[in-house]
Amino acid sequence: MSDNLPPKSPDSTPHAGANSGTGISRRSFLRGAGLTAAGTALLDGVQGIQHEAFASSPDNIKEYGAAGAEIALHINGREHTLRIEPRTTLADALRVGLGMTGTKIGCDRGACSSCTVWLDKMPVNSCMTLAIDAIGHKITTIEGLSNDSEVHPVQAAFVKHDAMQCGFCTPGMVMSCAALLEHNPNPSEADVRMAVSGNYCRCGTYPKVFAATLDAATRHA
Amino acid sequence: MNSFSLADCTTVEAALSQLKNGAVIKAGGVDLLDRMKNGTDQPTRLVNIRNIAELRGIHETPDGLSIGALTTLAEIAENPAIRSQYTILADACGHAATPHIRNMATIGGNVLQELQCWYFRSAEFQCIRKGKDQCFAFSGLNQYHAIMDYGGCPSVAPSSGAVALLALDATIELKSASGSKRNVAIKDFYVQPDANPHRFNVKAEDELLTAIHIPKPAAGTRSAYQKYGEKESHDWAIADAGILLEMDGNICKRAVVAMGAASPVVRRSAEAEAALAGKPISMETAKAAGQASMTGAMPLSMNGYKVQLFPVAIYRTILLAAGQMERDPSAAG
Repeated sequence: MSDNLPPKSPDSTPHAGANSGTGISRRSFLRGAGLTAAGTALLDGVQGIQHEAFASSPDNIKEYGAAGAEIALHINGREHTLRIEPRTTLADALRVGLGMTGTKIGCDRGACSSCTVWLDKMPVNSCMTLAIDAIGHKITTIEGLSNDSEVHPVQAAFVKHDAMQCGFCTPGMVMSCAALLEHNPNPSEADVRMAVSGNYCRCGTYPKVFAATLDAATRHA
Repeated sequence: MNSFSLADCTTVEAALSQLKNGAVIKAGGVDLLDRMKNGTDQPTRLVNIRNIAELRGIHETPDGLSIGALTTLAEIAENPAIRSQYTILADACGHAATPHIRNMATIGGNVLQELQCWYFRSAEFQCIRKGKDQCFAFSGLNQYHAIMDYGGCPSVAPSSGAVALLALDATIELKSASGSKRNVAIKDFYVQPDANPHRFNVKAEDELLTAIHIPKPAAGTRSAYQKYGEKESHDWAIADAGILLEMDGNICKRAVVAMGAASPVVRRSAEAEAALAGKPISMETAKAAGQASMTGAMPLSMNGYKVQLFPVAIYRTILLAAGQMERDPSAAG
């Protein structure tokens, strides 16, 4: 039933319109656009903060105008300021607004979970979460899973077990498996199956994903 | 997605004050964003209730259970009291969608989901539920559509939570901007398509679903829910069964057989319930109840298989509720 998806509307991404064919790769263009947006957001922050977001309203109502506002998101241990519209999803804020393209968008409907990030260590679909709803939460993306010196045990186990083929689902898959180990350091295979039951892998790497996660659990504990 | 402004509210009163001029309520946002991305819904104003702390939480009361509207499906599925005494609800919430969506989706939003029909959910088709006079499903692709009680619209009820809540005789608490509060029995909450094709439920635009109240089941009650789908995960049910049995020894004093994906509104099968009342629960009586549940079925051109699938879903879930069968490995979720 969920396969009946019409084409995505062209305006689904606030910064959409990036059209390669100019010799610039899609990714480098988007990364550049993201940096520009972040830079603009910083300048806006310096110039003053009387944006629509802070229009006068009672204490228990915060108003966000359709034109957009500056927000701060706590991502991978540090604060990022960026300008978003209320309709900007967390996935678009990360990828387009901040150039953090590790988080993937597959179906854009919460059906494939390639966009999985953690909100306060809980795996959610960033494509179905408004960026506004991530304010005040600790966001962890695939970029924040490992520290500078070594990769996360789940990532190392994915490499060791060759638990990927095309790799598009891999960031979301890793985030789901790593979240499982955060909450259950000694999972059964059934637990791993449940944890990734929202993650679509069209290449069919699931058996290796299960093996990698169970292997990582023994090292992670 | 279209552009909109948003009022992020942190109290019920603040949210109610914003329910005017076509403003649409957003909680977890899963179903709403889906419809907005499809282009079928284009609200220019959202009222965000996601950060209203008082609407979150599960409270045991002397009379039963009170669940705040913002409680997530994952929180309900993992709650020890619900798992032991309201098993049917833990089963239904714990097998909806995916683990990720269950971390975001709220019980209020689950029961308020709009109906499942790929014509209704496509901006390309203007159907009877959108103010026109046409249904595309009767002569089109209808393999996932209703087999009973459909009148002029064979869409199916989307909420697995509502199947469990119907079996549990839950009531829906609604508060309005005018300050009034009312409780609506869930059996009266949804609107049959022929009664009014433009309404899915009785909640008014200026009303907020604040809580769901569930009476304590009678002593000796056992319950279970299972859904069957084309895929093991994420998908909506093509057949599902919510079973509640009030047992006296092995004799079933009272049975509730609730179904979701058979009809546009969640329904109980009086025929299946009568087939169990006063009898011991066995493979024989369970299968008889499953068959009885299909009384009055009128499958469409492509969904005759549901007439075979529902009896299986129902008898296996009866036996699961009675403790005579393990959870079906071929059930979805």
